[in-house]
Amino acid sequence: MREIEFDDVVKAVRDIIVHCGTDLPQDTYDALKEAMENEKSPVSKEVIRQILENADIAKNEKRPLCQDTGLAVFFVKVGDEVKIKGGLLKDAINKGTEQGYTDAYLRASTCEPFSRANLKDTVGYNLPAIIHFDIVAGDKIDIEYAAKGGGSENVSRARVFPPAAGKEGIVNYVKEVISDAGGNPCPPITVGVGIGGTFEKACISSKHALFRDIGSVNEDPEMAELEQVILEEINKLGIGAMGMGGTKTALAVHIESNPCHIASLPVSVNVQCHSSRHTHITI
Amino acid sequence: MAQYTLTTPLTSEDTKQLKAGDTVLLNGTIYTARDAAHKRLVELLEKGEELPFDLEGSVIYFVGPTPPKPGDPIGSAGPTTSYRMDSYSPTMLKYGSKGMIGKGKRNQEVKDACVKYDGIYFGATGGAGALLGKKITSAEVIAYPELGPEAVRKITVKDFPVTVINDTYGNDLYQMGREQYEVKD
Repeated sequence: MREIEFDDVVKAVRDIIVHCGTDLPQDTYDALKEAMENEKSPVSKEVIRQILENADIAKNEKRPLCQDTGLAVFFVKVGDEVKIKGGLLKDAINKGTEQGYTDAYLRASTCEPFSRANLKDTVGYNLPAIIHFDIVAGDKIDIEYAAKGGGSENVSRARVFPPAAGKEGIVNYVKEVISDAGGNPCPPITVGVGIGGTFEKACISSKHALFRDIGSVNEDPEMAELEQVILEEINKLGIGAMGMGGTKTALAVHIESNPCHIASLPVSVNVQCHSSRHTHITI
Repeated sequence: MAQYTLTTPLTSEDTKQLKAGDTVLLNGTIYTARDAAHKRLVELLEKGEELPFDLEGSVIYFVGPTPPKPGDPIGSAGPTTSYRMDSYSPTMLKYGSKGMIGKGKRNQEVKDACVKYDGIYFGATGGAGALLGKKITSAEVIAYPELGPEAVRKITVKDFPVTVINDTYGNDLYQMGREQYEVKD
């Protein structure tokens, strides 16, 4: 059994939050740069230029990329030979989240659903984090993190189709969701599509799909092809950067597919804004 | 598409020259308000009570900034999604406000109110909070401090870059832009 200090996890989580808040990941930066070069609309081209200038300012001056610094979302794989010394792993992740959001002057955006009261004085600064755990073999902890903004989350949707809907039904559904969203989710976006499983499994898969690096190729050739078909369809919509009209509405479509019930075809569409702040560490 | 530099407060003469797609560098004083603050402001207007600031010719920025770093007037401050203010904006325009800054589409009532009251809906680049925050040279909470990021702030902007989305003639850049670049099979 490998022992990992509680405080080491806190520090690791704090550090990735500080880094992600101000430093756009290279995969996102490169994809935006390519989008700017290929964009046909001068208005959208200028918007993407501002987005890249913003990323440079944020990185150089350690300022938050966006005022919506998101809810902190984690996918954590815990090795079955790991023991946290001095506390619970969940508590360590929450504590690191609070420290990171405080130290980097990120916004506390978590509130009570109905009173809309900010929970920073009761639960903690931008807590609780959203954490999805999995247990795997080994003596390491693998942490994937993303800051998830509200504008893109608000346009996300899920639906359970009958099996006959097939791939065509999925392509049309994703297109409909993105078309209705227009400029609200801050395009150029990344689109996470969760297919199969149960209702909630599809939703979690669509979220996890957003953590993949833009430009990476799906290991499943059938899904890789479907990603390209959906991406082309979305970019035909003409929404463009910030909805101002253009040829680059999405940077990428990422699919995660799961086996499902013989009666169902669940589909979830989760959208990430152009400021796709995500990272991955192993402790 | 023309480029303008304007200073607040805005007049009908200022707003009527603008067309959807024009870019504007805004200067002067503007006020920040999101959902919770709008609710309170509109309740005051409907009761005939005084607002915490002069609405005439004002520009309202839909933003909830990050906390400022030591020495800065404000943190990152890009626009939030505007449709959540759709039910309040026509009243704000009716009582003299002339401009709004946000991101994302507005409903028909807001577009109609822009035509009726010479108002403009400006779009700023969402997610460019660091860049836009630097265009703000001073900031002061003037109402509802208990709302935290959603408090009403009086801010001063210098060459704050915006694009005209909805003009006083009923045009909508989001519709026009999309129609131009949509590929129909």
